[in-house]
Amino acid sequence: MRELDVFDILGPVMIGPSSSHTAGAVRLGNVAAMIYNRRPKKVDFYLHGSFAKTYKGHGTDLALVAGILGYAPDDERIRDAFDHAKAQNIAIYFHEADLGYVHPNTVKIIFEDDKERFQVIGSSLGGGTIKIIDINGAEVALHADYPTLVLQYPDKLGIINRVSSIMATAGVNIASMKVTRRQKKATMILELDGKIDQTTYNFLASSIELDYLTSVGAVEENHGV
Amino acid sequence: MVYKAVDLLEECKEKQCKISAIMRIEEAEAASITPEELDAWMLDVLEIMDQSSTQGLEEEIFSISGMTGGFAKKVWEHRKSPSLSGEFGLSSMAKALSTSEVNASMGRIVAAPTAGASGILPAALSGAKEKFNLSNEELVPGLYTAGAIGKIIALSATISGADGGCQAECGSASAMAAAALVELMGGAPEQSFHAASFALIHIMGLICDPIAGFVEFPCSLRNASGVMNAYISADLAMAGVESLVPFDEVVEAMYRVGKLLPESLRETALGGIAASDTAKALEEKYL
Repeated sequence: MRELDVFDILGPVMIGPSSSHTAGAVRLGNVAAMIYNRRPKKVDFYLHGSFAKTYKGHGTDLALVAGILGYAPDDERIRDAFDHAKAQNIAIYFHEADLGYVHPNTVKIIFEDDKERFQVIGSSLGGGTIKIIDINGAEVALHADYPTLVLQYPDKLGIINRVSSIMATAGVNIASMKVTRRQKKATMILELDGKIDQTTYNFLASSIELDYLTSVGAVEENHGV
Repeated sequence: MVYKAVDLLEECKEKQCKISAIMRIEEAEAASITPEELDAWMLDVLEIMDQSSTQGLEEEIFSISGMTGGFAKKVWEHRKSPSLSGEFGLSSMAKALSTSEVNASMGRIVAAPTAGASGILPAALSGAKEKFNLSNEELVPGLYTAGAIGKIIALSATISGADGGCQAECGSASAMAAAALVELMGGAPEQSFHAASFALIHIMGLICDPIAGFVEFPCSLRNASGVMNAYISADLAMAGVESLVPFDEVVEAMYRVGKLLPESLRETALGGIAASDTAKALEEKYL
């Protein structure tokens, strides 16, 4: 994670009432939507722990929906997020759930369209900071403090080398790289010091055999849902 | 990352400058922007603080849970009546309550350092603005100094109620505000740290016991008392009273006290007034 600065102390500028239960929830929705990167027809939210217990009084439900609609944590439309989701024909459901040994403020988000289901699990750690801990069953640790790329691919030799060389050619420094593996599928979380352009992103997408690639604020003019 | 008051004081002495001047240059550099751009950002922050601290004075604002609201307007209307706190004190408390109510209604606030304690610094700065005829531009150094205090606490202790109780949230906000007020009144950097120490000492051990877990009651009241705590702490320091224990050690003490607090007294709504029969009934009704 990046170092603490004055923007964390006099900020975030946010919609209340709670940086962990409201602002953090918006960020979780934002980042989950960027990872999903499509238009869902239906979204199910499974709220765990303190999220499950106190979501109504903290507007966590509104915040999560506003998040997947791409609103910022200081957007005054958050209060009316359900109406906005309805207007965009996105069906929203909330459930209370036990997600196991995870942070008390954790949510499992299931996006669905006609083709498939897509799962993102994330926690709000306090002060508006978040951590995505699971993408489609792959264990990850994604804070979204940096421009970040998420890659899932059949595990084989040379991928890390290939990815680093593409980043080096693009002139973007890698801040950190984490790879986890499960059933021969690898998930890479790549944090960058700067953004890459669309051409580099497209080149990356076409030059490696990928199941999945997405950007969390890593491509210039990147759009959410 | 080590960030201590003692180092900051040393740097102030070396460069013959205020806390705010160091913070301004360092933070702009860290964010890769110019100090002027950071000033502009601070002015935007002040603008949002102005709005949140005045919105609830003329209109009653209710929380989204529906449990609380309208305190700010009541206190504002009472400000000219005969009182012990006086018009200035009542106005300041009303402004702190206003931001707390805007926060609880899902309105826009600046977390300073957290959303739960967001009423204290805006009310204190607004008080200084009124009392000493300052412009928003002249308040900006106060924000930098407040930021420095908050940063020291966040890095060597905690600013989270779930970690350290209310002392870590409203206590930190009061300490930030007290140090800022001293600088705005022309006090020396040492005096800012004495004031910040007093603010933390005054409420050391304060628990976090929100009814039903909502950021409402007693949170808004503790924002109101928090701004008064900042005022008396700043005035004590300006009078020349000195803290026997330096700020870094006061922060460490606050952190240790926070760690000693059982979980029931740290934002879980299981202890303090949140555990009272009446609070349980309210929880039943509004949760």
